Amino acid sequence: MTERSTMVTVSAEVAGQEGDPRSGQISMRCDDVAVKFNGRTAIRDVNFDIPKNKVTALIGPSGSGKTTLLRAMNRLHDLTKGAVVSGSIRLGDTDIYKGGIPATLLRTRVGMVFQRPNPFPTMSIYDNVVSGLRFNGIRNRAVLQEAAESALIAAALWDSVSNRMKAHASTLSGGEQQRLCIARALAVEPEVLLMDEPTSSLDPISMRLIEELLDELKSRVTIIIVTHNMQQAARVSDLCAFFLMGNDRAGEQIEVAPTKKLFSEPDDPRTLDYIQGRFG
Amino acid sequence: MTTGVIEGLPPDPILERREMVQRVARKTLDRRILVSKGMIGLCGIALLVGLVPLFAILYSLVAKGVHWWSLDFFTKTPQFPSLLDPNQIGGISNAIVGSLVIDGIAALFAIPIGIVAGLFLAESTSKFASLLRTTAEIMTGLPSILLGIFAYQMIVIGFDQWGIKLPGIGFSGIAGSFAIGILMIPIIMKASETALRGVPNTIREAGLALGARRGVVARRVIIPTAAPGLITAVLLAFSRAVGETAPILWVIGASTVVAWNPKKEMASMPLQIFQSATSPYVSLREEAWGIALLLVVVVLIVNLGSRLFAAWLQRERR
Repeated sequence: MTERSTMVTVSAEVAGQEGDPRSGQISMRCDDVAVKFNGRTAIRDVNFDIPKNKVTALIGPSGSGKTTLLRAMNRLHDLTKGAVVSGSIRLGDTDIYKGGIPATLLRTRVGMVFQRPNPFPTMSIYDNVVSGLRFNGIRNRAVLQEAAESALIAAALWDSVSNRMKAHASTLSGGEQQRLCIARALAVEPEVLLMDEPTSSLDPISMRLIEELLDELKSRVTIIIVTHNMQQAARVSDLCAFFLMGNDRAGEQIEVAPTKKLFSEPDDPRTLDYIQGRFG
Repeated sequence: MTTGVIEGLPPDPILERREMVQRVARKTLDRRILVSKGMIGLCGIALLVGLVPLFAILYSLVAKGVHWWSLDFFTKTPQFPSLLDPNQIGGISNAIVGSLVIDGIAALFAIPIGIVAGLFLAESTSKFASLLRTTAEIMTGLPSILLGIFAYQMIVIGFDQWGIKLPGIGFSGIAGSFAIGILMIPIIMKASETALRGVPNTIREAGLALGARRGVVARRVIIPTAAPGLITAVLLAFSRAVGETAPILWVIGASTVVAWNPKKEMASMPLQIFQSATSPYVSLREEAWGIALLLVVVVLIVNLGSRLFAAWLQRERR
């Protein structure tokens, strides 16, 4: 635990920020957010701010609603029949549900990387990376090329794919495919990147690579990551939000604190129980 | 480590690109929404074009058929109308009983054969399986009248060739069941193969990894998991078979009395439609609409019932 705590401290110092990562600008804001599926509450009472250009981790046991909350942040529940998001989630000044912003535009600003690598199977590596730009009407080749290179470099994939951009995405390894998906999400230059357990289907080396990536990516994009792996949350995040399933099987926000504090002296005894592995 | 924009530095290419993407996305949004709406409109038109004939058929069936439904219609046997009472044509109880017996016996042997064969197709990777699959596909495309000829030869007049001797049993319900059952088998086979293949491989492997034999995994894990799909497969095949006329056209004998014994000549609803509609009597021709409506209602109930049951089973499991 000591080594990890030190790492967190060091990155906080490098970012020029002692203490609370929330003291800077705010990227997204959740007020009284709840998500229901067919009247059944999956998560409720979510109230916290997501600091800009930081990594925010959502942690908690299965069923605590982390992924449900994450998917509410770019309106992926819109297409789920019976799903209702209440309260307000804001991106900057815009309420993403009531602010009149079309879901498609919102999703260019709030990107997402999923649990399993999901490159488009019929597209080449290059076509995958620029697909988001093309979907949104950008055709200029020079622009696409430049964006692809920038995104692939940022995803630490450029060196291994720059000479075979026309190859199929399926020729890449699992870890490479996931970094391709990160590059694909980055190419539209979102302000926020949602990551739903992005390393849970990967080997430890690929996992390490992506974790290291996050530290560099946060200068470019605000990151919100769901993870089951508490060491990972401790290693990569600046702010940590902890969720638990309540008695009625609905997820609840228990505690939100700077990662270092949450892992060393949490306010809520349930947080301490969880991080010490007493349940979940 | 850099953070965001810092005053006085040259413009950040990432921020520039972010602005460009937003600008283009916003600019093209209206056009994209318009295209999207146009496409949805086209889908709607296609749907409408497809539905119009369907509703026209249903409408005329109900309009022309429902007034024939009476107690006599369901309980009496057909009779020729007299000049004095041109609407005295009896009922179709013979056809209702006939359909029930013929399709029931057909289902009795076609369902187990179809599901077991479907299981084989889903689980086997052998050459024989792919041969069987191709055969089943060809058979579903076969003109159904061929099955009628086949049943006529095999069951009605009997088979006597290559030293094999099967006595014919004449025009009978069983000959109809034979034809209808053979029609159902490939349909059930293909549909249950699809349902069984839908069971995730990880579940199959979980059973095998516990030391279970493949047959045990199939019986205890795969078939129960695929049950909603299998039920739908069976009932869809059944509702298809209920309406088939060609296979039974000249093998069941078209009896006009109620017969429960499948070895005797029988009637059936689709055949009754054919006979009534081609009869010289106006009232009988009109009555065909009533029989057709009954047939459609039966098919509708079987279809809806299978869907509701499968959905209920799916829900029960959660």
